Amino acid sequence: MSNLFFELKEGLIISLRAIRDNKVRAVLTTLGIIIGVWAVVTMSTAIKGIDIAFQKGVASLGSDNLYIDKWAWFNSDIPWWKMRNRRNIDMEDYNKFKDLAKLPIATAPSVITRQGIKTRKHSLDVVFCTGTTSDYINTTNLTFQEGRFFSNTESNSSRSVVVLGSEIAKKLFPEGRSLDSQVKIKGHPFKVIGVLDEQGSWVMGDFNPDKQVFIPIGTVFKYFQNETFGSIVINVRAPNSQMVSPVKEEAIGVMRQVRGLSYSQENDFAINQQGGLLSEIDKTVGVIQVAGIFITGLSLFVGAIGIMNIMFVSVKERTKEIGIRKAIGANRRTILGQFITEAAVICLLGGFIGLLLAVITSLVINKFLPTSIQLDSVMLAIIISIVTGILSGFAPAYTAAKMDPVDALRYE
Amino acid sequence: MSVINLEHIAKIYQLGSEEVKALKDISLNIEQNEYVAIMGPSGSGKSTLMNIIGCLDTPSKGSYIFTGVNVSEMDDNELAEIRNKEIGFVFQTFNLLPRSNALHNVELPLIYAGVPTSERRERAKQALENVGLADRIYHKPNELSGGQRQRVAIARALVTQPSIILADEPTGNLDTKTGEDIMALFNDLFKLGNTIILVTHEEYIAEHAARIIRLRDGLIEKDENVTKRVIPDHNGSI
Repeated sequence: MSNLFFELKEGLIISLRAIRDNKVRAVLTTLGIIIGVWAVVTMSTAIKGIDIAFQKGVASLGSDNLYIDKWAWFNSDIPWWKMRNRRNIDMEDYNKFKDLAKLPIATAPSVITRQGIKTRKHSLDVVFCTGTTSDYINTTNLTFQEGRFFSNTESNSSRSVVVLGSEIAKKLFPEGRSLDSQVKIKGHPFKVIGVLDEQGSWVMGDFNPDKQVFIPIGTVFKYFQNETFGSIVINVRAPNSQMVSPVKEEAIGVMRQVRGLSYSQENDFAINQQGGLLSEIDKTVGVIQVAGIFITGLSLFVGAIGIMNIMFVSVKERTKEIGIRKAIGANRRTILGQFITEAAVICLLGGFIGLLLAVITSLVINKFLPTSIQLDSVMLAIIISIVTGILSGFAPAYTAAKMDPVDALRYE
Repeated sequence: MSVINLEHIAKIYQLGSEEVKALKDISLNIEQNEYVAIMGPSGSGKSTLMNIIGCLDTPSKGSYIFTGVNVSEMDDNELAEIRNKEIGFVFQTFNLLPRSNALHNVELPLIYAGVPTSERRERAKQALENVGLADRIYHKPNELSGGQRQRVAIARALVTQPSIILADEPTGNLDTKTGEDIMALFNDLFKLGNTIILVTHEEYIAEHAARIIRLRDGLIEKDENVTKRVIPDHNGSI
């Protein structure tokens, strides 16, 4: 046992010395490993970031929510033209639904219009304006930086009040103090009554509350009637995740009743869930994964060949040394271990450089994604480097180990 | 006690279709604390014999009993262990590791023997001191003179306290004066009870030994005890 330890230590010393003597060669050799480790760590960091952002986004909008819409949001079997020909869902439908559905803890209608917003100094060309009622806040987990959501009275009487998403607030009021200020949406003055906290859910795309403003739904109909998608969406919140499916069943029943559908008619609405978003995200993640694994695999393969090549050269160059070591008592295992250790150390060096590059890359990614390099991807990088080293070092090391000491000593 | 016992040793190399008999039939016995020189012209088989005695190679025929153990049938790893523990090599070209300092070179066989660090360092320093290099232990081979390099190699050979010291033309790369110093060192080692086997083709080097074995064409031509001359010590006194 102690023998093995000394041999390993000796192997490490020899490796470090050999690398020090051939610095440029060692670094060039490990280029493949550097790229491989960089790719795998960056990939897992990016995926982790997307995952965290998604979880956060779903949480901010409520993870137990259903959205009743004329349109199915995600891949649906129903053809597009069929959905287009469906009757719009209107406020009357919503009010009936609200009365009849007993299971949801909150429901709110929402309608989206894209408008330009201006203050005296700043303006934004296109902002998603969500028109809804005071109940909306109960269907989400949105929190406020300052101010409040609009009240029942404000929403019922279609007042010109607006709640700003954090990013919109930052752009319109870079110097702060947005509360009680006036903004103009398509020329109509609105009073800012609240600013949301940053929800950090960029993966939600158009659903990202950071990039939206919220105004009473009546106000939307009053000013922008012809600039909405026509149909409203009913946000339905289930009490908890176990209740999502009963709430969905009830919603289907209630909606059929509200829409006056007979047995033979199929649903003319869709019940959407955020879970559907997940499959969209998975597609993105899948692309990153495939690309990452491809780059990693290819560069590790090329890297391994490079290491193997350089190790063969190293063994050849040091034939005499191998002969000397064998003459004074190094056995096959010792020589094998020495060269495998050397290959592993070179790869590990490449791994660390790759990791360093990945850290720098992740700092860049961090500007878009709330994430940092995870310990497990560091471990993965180290393990990958060592394993690559051992695998690619084996053949050259074996050649060295089975050298005949007499021939090796004679080699000049 | 007999340290080396060779019985009808033959070594045959296959060079293409041709068989080369480097050693034909060698039998010899070397006792503990003998000082033996093996001589012969090139092609006589003395290198092959040295390789076999040094357990670097195995014979094609015959038996080799080394310190009571049959080594002619051993595999690579067993031979490595014998070389490590029982044989101290001194080569014509010194064969030191160029990137390691003197101390590390001398420590190396002890590393392979699994000797703990502190003991190893102590023994290596002692061995270097014994060959008169106490002040050169951190020098690398290229910072040492030829004679000093050979002394490092001798220290490396001695550090494991081997049963035999096997020196292959140890003065071949040294000038006459330095060569004589090295031979004087061997004489001292012999007096201290070591068994020394010297391979050389130089008559005046072989004369340091008490017994000369002459090889020719793979056979022992002559095996004689020579009258030991009085050899002056290091300092020239008798």
